[in-house]
Amino acid sequence: MPQIDQLSESWFAVSQLFWLAIVFGAVFFIIGLYMLPKVEATVDARDRKIAEDLASAKAARDAADGLEEDYRTGTNRVRGDAQGLIGKAKDKAAVDTAKLVAKADAAIADKMAAAEGAIATARSQALAEIEQVASDSASALVARLSGAKISASDTSGAVKAALNHG
Amino acid sequence: MALAEPAKLDPMHQFAVQPIAHLFDIGGRGVYLTNSAVWMMIAGLLLWIFMLGGMKRQLVPGRWQMAVEGFTGFIASMMTANIGPEGRKYTPYIFSLFMFILFANIVGMIPLGLFGIHPFTATSHFTITGVLAILSFSIVLIVGFWKHKLHFFSLFVPHGTPVWLLPLIPPIEFVSFMVRPFSLGLRLFVAMTAGHVLLEVFSSFIIDSLHAGPVLGVPISLASMALMVGISALELLVAGIQAYVFALLTSLYLNDAVNLH
Repeated sequence: MPQIDQLSESWFAVSQLFWLAIVFGAVFFIIGLYMLPKVEATVDARDRKIAEDLASAKAARDAADGLEEDYRTGTNRVRGDAQGLIGKAKDKAAVDTAKLVAKADAAIADKMAAAEGAIATARSQALAEIEQVASDSASALVARLSGAKISASDTSGAVKAALNHG
Repeated sequence: MALAEPAKLDPMHQFAVQPIAHLFDIGGRGVYLTNSAVWMMIAGLLLWIFMLGGMKRQLVPGRWQMAVEGFTGFIASMMTANIGPEGRKYTPYIFSLFMFILFANIVGMIPLGLFGIHPFTATSHFTITGVLAILSFSIVLIVGFWKHKLHFFSLFVPHGTPVWLLPLIPPIEFVSFMVRPFSLGLRLFVAMTAGHVLLEVFSSFIIDSLHAGPVLGVPISLASMALMVGISALELLVAGIQAYVFALLTSLYLNDAVNLH
């Protein structure tokens, strides 16, 4: 076995140890102490970045949720206010309308009463004129037919009786 | 030729460290550039190139960066799972250990022998794995005594030990504690060596049986080849598992030192 046999050669152990010290020393100092921390720092930085990004994403989502909640409560409140205003306006409009209608009704009733009065007077006047005209024409007819003069009171009495019999 | 051939098929020959160039002397002993050193450097270099992919530091990682971050995350989560938040301090060492062993194991598995280049598995030598194990064990001792001073010895008296077992348990615990660096280093060395020996033995079956003629040679070669494919896959698994076990056990021992059970 050369591993054991060569131990008796004077250069063997010294050379092996020398080169192991050189190579493993270089590996330890360059790779272990210089490169490894850099690689680990990269990994740590990435992990930290991912954690930070996740945290900020979560915060943003929470903020968005809060905004949505605010928006929802806001719209609900405003909608409630609007409903109240609409109800009030409706009530007010109904009351106003009722008042106006009542006023208009009263005005119309007044006008109708006045008109009916006018119609009644006009009718009675017309009737009186018709009597007058009828008695005049009746006395004129009688005078033309018989030549007799009849007093106005007689003809008007006869016309009244005829009109009344109608 | 007759002398050279057995050496070529010697399944242990692949573990021989070949000196390439003499560099200098330390205490009268020559320090050589060896094939072991070259392949350790190649493993380290490949590891560095792999890690470069993780240095793009993009917020949205590409595949390569994901792979690097997968490895670092794997070790980091192992440390926090075994030791707790304090374990992150020791991640650089455990990560270096895991990745170096993993790359050394896998580099040794690359079938570059087809092109005449023979990869050397540095982790198949206990001079390498043993030193790494002693390094881990030393860190455990240093951290343990640093954090808990002499109270660290309470590690040898587990919670709930009955009084009448007190003379017995601490020596057993002490022995099991002291065996740790050996088991740690030997496990990796043995696993790597055994796998590579197995592959070499099956490949020598192919050559030897073909020397005996096609009637015997073809079926034996085909069977050996099929087995080698399976064993290669298994060895790749072992390469990963052994690196993981080494890092996992080191982290568990560190947990003892940091948290005292």
